[in-house]
Amino acid sequence: MARKLVVISAGLSVPSSTRLLADRISGAVQREVSARGEALDVEVVELRGLAREIADHLVSGMPPSALRQALAAVSSADAVVAVTPVFTASYSGLFKSFIDLLDTDALTGKPVLIAATAGTARHSLVLDHALRPLFSYLRAVVVPTGVFAATEDFGGSGGRDGEDGLDRRVARAAGELGALLVSTSGAVPGFTAPAVDEVGKVDRISEESLTPFAQLLGDQLR
Amino acid sequence: MQFGIFSVSDITTDPTTGRTPTDAQRIQDLVKIALKAEEVGLDVFATGEHHNPPFFASSPTTFLGYIAAQTTTLQLSTATTLITTNDPVKIAEDYAMLQHLSGGRVDLMMGRGNTGPVYPWFGQDIRNGIALAVENYHLLRRLWREDVVDWEGKFRSPLQGFTATPRPLDGIPPFVWHGSIRSAEIAEQAAYYGDGFFHNNIFWTMDHTARMVDLYRRRFEHYGHGRADQAIVGLGGQVFMAKNSQDAVKQFRPYFDVAPVYGHGPSLEEFTRATPLTVGSPQQVIERTLGFADAVGDYQRQLFLMDHAGLPLEVVLEQLEILGSEVVPVLRKEFEARRPAGVPSDPPTHASLVEAGDDHPNAKHGPVSRVQAGSN
Repeated sequence: MARKLVVISAGLSVPSSTRLLADRISGAVQREVSARGEALDVEVVELRGLAREIADHLVSGMPPSALRQALAAVSSADAVVAVTPVFTASYSGLFKSFIDLLDTDALTGKPVLIAATAGTARHSLVLDHALRPLFSYLRAVVVPTGVFAATEDFGGSGGRDGEDGLDRRVARAAGELGALLVSTSGAVPGFTAPAVDEVGKVDRISEESLTPFAQLLGDQLR
Repeated sequence: MQFGIFSVSDITTDPTTGRTPTDAQRIQDLVKIALKAEEVGLDVFATGEHHNPPFFASSPTTFLGYIAAQTTTLQLSTATTLITTNDPVKIAEDYAMLQHLSGGRVDLMMGRGNTGPVYPWFGQDIRNGIALAVENYHLLRRLWREDVVDWEGKFRSPLQGFTATPRPLDGIPPFVWHGSIRSAEIAEQAAYYGDGFFHNNIFWTMDHTARMVDLYRRRFEHYGHGRADQAIVGLGGQVFMAKNSQDAVKQFRPYFDVAPVYGHGPSLEEFTRATPLTVGSPQQVIERTLGFADAVGDYQRQLFLMDHAGLPLEVVLEQLEILGSEVVPVLRKEFEARRPAGVPSDPPTHASLVEAGDDHPNAKHGPVSRVQAGSN
């Protein structure tokens, strides 16, 4: 069965350099997985189109349908590529708002590749000071190489060549993610996480996950 | 089937006039609203309980006692009584007293309360919410069912040889509902005791409400209180009506757009699509409400939220007129027409519990021991 990669792209302009970077990374991951003899389905979640639904969910507590599908896609992915522009020294507010709406267990144990774009390379530590702790908190497995692309990386001979060129960084990160993606295939049913329902949340409204009431009462029954 | 209204007692600025009612005015307004409920033929009035602004209903039994004195048939209830931060001993005393004074017209609905700071104001911690609801309610049941109680638990000082007074009217404890939006434990709690389960059904999609009710129904049957479709279910809902549906939308939109809970977010159209909010003609309200029974099964109590979002008193009273004269009579007829045999029309009342005597789950501490001891 094909693995599923979900790419979260938080760029705001169309086209955006964030999406451009996201596509380069997903293409590279695709090649890495193919090279290991497996297939990969890629789904891109563009947050720009979900901006209003994200705000609506924050104030109403209910995910509208497209957002609901996006959250479910992330929860059910085998791996995630998360790409955000740098705004005011960190990930963008829209990006964080989307992450805030994920179930706390949605990314547990999931391979995640972090990437960011900005005007200059002076923001590159955002990867390790903002994105990495965020995903560590969510118990994701963040690959060691993060990909940062400044404007100059996309143009001329800027950063394409040499040891630290963008393509090389993308390839190294994609290789790390691809290895995790293909190695996570052998999970035994029953030893994996509890069922996830269509909202992408762990299903707690079911008889199977219920603690019998007598147990909740404990000592009170005597 | 019972129909009524519930209020959260919010003091909200009317966005069309910029006027904010004083506490004094809003309290008197809610009295008029409760009395109007009986006048237009509704069965139930339920008040919320809150201990923080912008809400005024911190003293539900005082308010309900005042209403009881001025009504004769209206069932008095709560939506909800805070089982977490109130002392269960005081709940036992206050509501037993109210039951005596109202002549058996009281039931109540337990809720946890979701405002973090309220818990420490009453010496508790929101992280213990479920545990508090479990322990406190079990003690409350015992206080109403045993004349002398010896008790020890985690959250309250122990009781030795304690008798809660007054003893329940006719020796029959008030019927209790448990309200929960998304905690499966509370649906389980309601099922365990054979109590009623109420879903406020206001801010959530119908499929979510249906799943919560379905869980409660299955567990009700599991604990031996009857068939799943005989479990006692109540739903909330909110409506705004005008003869012509466009007028309803036009009149309600300015209130909706800035409403404290869902304002500044989804549009009125999106919200009415996703949740049970219905803004339109009485006929639309009838059709939508009847549809609830398709989602959760035939049920026993429907409460509407009518006084909210800063709507002025005259408008709320007018809405109640429409509800009582055009909507509820049709709903009564249609809900009974579709109700399968053996599914109760009404939730238990004081009178029906007196008649049922010791066999009713409400007379007992919990399910029969066979099930109590077993696993699920």
